[in-house]
Amino acid sequence: MVKHKNVFEINDFSIWYGDFMAVKNMKMNIEANRITAIIGPSGCGKSTILRALNRMNDLITTSRIEGAMLFHSIDIYDKNTDVIELRRRVGMVFQKPNPFPSSVYENVAYGPKLRGIRKKEQLDEIVEQALVKADLWKEVKEKLNDSGLSLSGGQMQRLCIARSLAQQPEVILFDEPTSALDPISTAHIENLLQELQKTVTIVIVTHNMQQAARISHYTAFMYLGELIEFGDTDTVFVNPYNKLTEEYITGRFG
Amino acid sequence: MIKDSEGINKPFALVRKKKINFKQGFFLSLMRIFGFTGAISLFVILVFIAYNGLEALSLDFITQPPAEAMTQGGIFPVIMGTVLLTIICMIFVIPIGVTTAIFLAEYSKPGTLLTMVMMSIYTLAGVPSVVFGLFGLGVFVVVFNFGMSLLAGSLTLAIMVLPYIISTSEEALKAVPFSFREASLACGATKWQTIRKVVLPTAMPGILTGAILGTAKVSGETAPIMFTAAAFFSPGIPRSLFEPVMALPYHIYVLATAGTHIEETRPIQYGTALILIILVLGMNLLGIILRSRQRKKRSW
Repeated sequence: MVKHKNVFEINDFSIWYGDFMAVKNMKMNIEANRITAIIGPSGCGKSTILRALNRMNDLITTSRIEGAMLFHSIDIYDKNTDVIELRRRVGMVFQKPNPFPSSVYENVAYGPKLRGIRKKEQLDEIVEQALVKADLWKEVKEKLNDSGLSLSGGQMQRLCIARSLAQQPEVILFDEPTSALDPISTAHIENLLQELQKTVTIVIVTHNMQQAARISHYTAFMYLGELIEFGDTDTVFVNPYNKLTEEYITGRFG
Repeated sequence: MIKDSEGINKPFALVRKKKINFKQGFFLSLMRIFGFTGAISLFVILVFIAYNGLEALSLDFITQPPAEAMTQGGIFPVIMGTVLLTIICMIFVIPIGVTTAIFLAEYSKPGTLLTMVMMSIYTLAGVPSVVFGLFGLGVFVVVFNFGMSLLAGSLTLAIMVLPYIISTSEEALKAVPFSFREASLACGATKWQTIRKVVLPTAMPGILTGAILGTAKVSGETAPIMFTAAAFFSPGIPRSLFEPVMALPYHIYVLATAGTHIEETRPIQYGTALILIILVLGMNLLGIILRSRQRKKRSW
């Protein structure tokens, strides 16, 4: 496989919640324009490391980190790092669809408006483009003023993706984005991710091994806070070098 | 047959024992009676006030000033006094209360300072209203030299209702799901942008409901305005913040206890009480309707 530029470089990175070490000396690179999946049983630290990539862990006051986390060679945990700008460039989609209790339009325009874009035509264009990219435009173009919460679960999740896309992020982090959705909506989102991957780097945490196997280029397997195995998805699933990975993938534990 | 000779329950012995049945029934009816006490009291009060006050009620009663040493005429300045006191009180208390609630719900970290602020608020909520009246007299009327005035009375009421506004606003803010804040921050919003654009608008119906119920509380208070704002008589609505005003609860108190025409003014007393009750219940009803509507609308 062609090697792409590294967007994130994670070096001996550890995360504590109080005295609990949730992520242990993790070492891993994330390549541009690829889909990287992180799998592992509940509580293995996969969401924790994902949330470290755009510093959402800052919200948990007891969390503390050690090691380096580089985004385009800049340490994002440096005290001079602009977290706001980081989060614009590294968007996030959550497990439970969480549109704001406002209109579809306002949901997508939220980020651009924060950045001071006020002109109606410009906002209209951004909103339309983001919704088209998220494959939601056709379904909502007649009801842009309806509440985002009136959509179906799958539509809400695509709305959240559009909200993130409206900021033209380089990376979008997906935290189990389909675990609350039905199989059809899930397939829809998976197709969408494969489309988006052409322009955006994607990191996805998932419970669903088949999903990782289906859509990702790279797979990381984590267990009890440690990165057990990381490599090409094909290799990890077909020919893992670690026994634990094999046992997890074949469903013998987890 | 329910039990065998050893007194052990057989599998299908589902017939209830009489004794338990009686006990349960007794306590259930007791609970029903106690439960209805509140409703019955309200009903009795309403009927009593309405029965005695209805005859005084007329258009003139609510649009005309008192006449003939307050034995005749209406209570227009009295109603306006209460309305003004309440509005000005809310103008002061809502910004202060909501700001405090934002600080408590969003910014404060557990620690000595937070504990002290919370304890002060709880204590303030438990202070008898007459103490607020004396406080207002000491501070606003005398030290700040506002005199017995609309301003002094409103400020006193504001301090009295502040803990209520803070706690209802704080609850409304805390009811905003964490996932909304998360979504906003992940979009690259600052904490303040998140609060202003997502948290506050979502909490606003709850905050407003609290404010309306607070208004209902304020408009019925007598003790806090007795020494700070309430006038025995004033002919019209005040022309400045520094004039005393008449107010519904104080007017009832005055007519019923002071002066030489206590018996003759009975209808006016009950009429005033009726107006006050209509005001307070109307406000409460509005608050309750708003609250139930926003609960139905809420879909997260």
